[in-house]
Amino acid sequence: MPDEVFIYVIVFGTLLGTLTFAAVLVWFERRLLGLWQDRLGPNRVGPFGIGLALADILKLLTKEDWIPPFADRIVFIFAPTAVLIAMFMGFTVIPWAPGVQIVDLNIGLLFFLGMTSLAVYSVLLGGLASHNKYSLLGALRAGAQMVSYEVFMGLSLMGVVMLAGSFSLVDIVNAQQDLWFVVSQPLGFFVFLIAGIAESHRLPFDLPEAEHELVAGFHTEYSGMKFGMFMLGEYLGVILISSIMATVFFGGWLGPDFLPPFFWLAIKIFTLICFFVLLRAAIPRPRFDQLMSLGWKIMLPLTLANLLVTGGIVLLTGYQP
Amino acid sequence: MIGALISQIRTLWTVLQHTFTPADTVEYPAKPGWFGVTKNSTKVGPYLAPRYRGRIVLTRDPDGVERCVACNLCAVVCPADCIALQKTEDENGRWYPEFFRINFSRCIMCGFCEEACPTYSIQLTPDFEMCEYDRQNLVYEKDNLLIDGPGKYPDYSFYRISGMAIGGKGKGEAENEAPPADVRSLLP
Repeated sequence: MPDEVFIYVIVFGTLLGTLTFAAVLVWFERRLLGLWQDRLGPNRVGPFGIGLALADILKLLTKEDWIPPFADRIVFIFAPTAVLIAMFMGFTVIPWAPGVQIVDLNIGLLFFLGMTSLAVYSVLLGGLASHNKYSLLGALRAGAQMVSYEVFMGLSLMGVVMLAGSFSLVDIVNAQQDLWFVVSQPLGFFVFLIAGIAESHRLPFDLPEAEHELVAGFHTEYSGMKFGMFMLGEYLGVILISSIMATVFFGGWLGPDFLPPFFWLAIKIFTLICFFVLLRAAIPRPRFDQLMSLGWKIMLPLTLANLLVTGGIVLLTGYQP
Repeated sequence: MIGALISQIRTLWTVLQHTFTPADTVEYPAKPGWFGVTKNSTKVGPYLAPRYRGRIVLTRDPDGVERCVACNLCAVVCPADCIALQKTEDENGRWYPEFFRINFSRCIMCGFCEEACPTYSIQLTPDFEMCEYDRQNLVYEKDNLLIDGPGKYPDYSFYRISGMAIGGKGKGEAENEAPPADVRSLLP
């Protein structure tokens, strides 16, 4: 296959694959929540209720797409697209299998961090443009939460970068031939996990859209497919964070030979997504000040200590990646 | 802090264990058979407690006479205002409803009427499958409400224990009732 065609295949494969998976994830998450809460979950449409994914999309596409007259029109329309663009851009650096990757940037990890940071704008602008106090409160929370969790999200990955000696995700995966980084960087993984949940504002850290206090938070005024894009962005965020986690800490595509590399990555991503759903099923939402103090008073010092110790060990042993 | 973390992890583990517990959901009415009630070894229906608040009936006392004395307490207490009745008397001076009507399209099965009833006449039963296509069919008249038995209180008969004089039973002849005192004998 010529290279130009191959890259198009990867691009559209990633696009369609993640999009489809995100849509199915809405159904899958609800079934899984049902399983863990001793319920059945949606099981009416099609076998096991999987038709719900399609029905949901059709419903969102055909719903009235209303822009409130008091909203800031341009920003209001732009905000939900921003999250999708940012999330899809984040997927470009994920190595699905050896050589199967949209682009192997030598700053792949930084690019991913940058793209997830850009997603903050979507939430922030969406809340601001709505001219609604609940939206504004949600946007405020999202801003504070994501900016403060961004800090140690990046720092928690630096231990891995030290051990791998590269920001390229391919190099990071190859550096895990002998040992996954989740073993050598358990603290980094733990902090990144917490930060990742907060970054994709999933439960238990879904304070920007805490429906018990803020109606629907930043997307209170959104309806139809614009709301759907926020929703899709959230689920893409889950997939993206899980992919990065699988790549950086769980050895990416590496695994025994009896399955192709992509399947190993898929299994790891899938397991991590299930863990995300488990968190949603089990853990209650903290108060906002608790979230902030957890971030700044515990997670950040923990990350810095992890960085210090990792750096010290690398210096003392003269470890060369 | 460590304690809180351990608590969260224990929560996760507890919830994860529920992967292997069956769902409590009953797919009604798609799949019949609730909680193992069987008849000829096939599951036929749910177990519903005797005190379940379902379709309302009017009962009769052990003598087979209808218990309702048309006191209107049920109609008064009904929050949905779905009970209508008209009092009348028979030749013995005994009260009974001329008509008794419950509009089940309004009834909320709260059971207040059962609690208000002084004669255990109105009772709620563990039957709830009473859907109709025609709304008018949900208006139950006395013929539809009245059952042949005494319901949940098999031995209770209001007129047998109440002090009211009624045809065939004079003052002081009810159960556990002393004969009326002669007020003149109480004089000093």
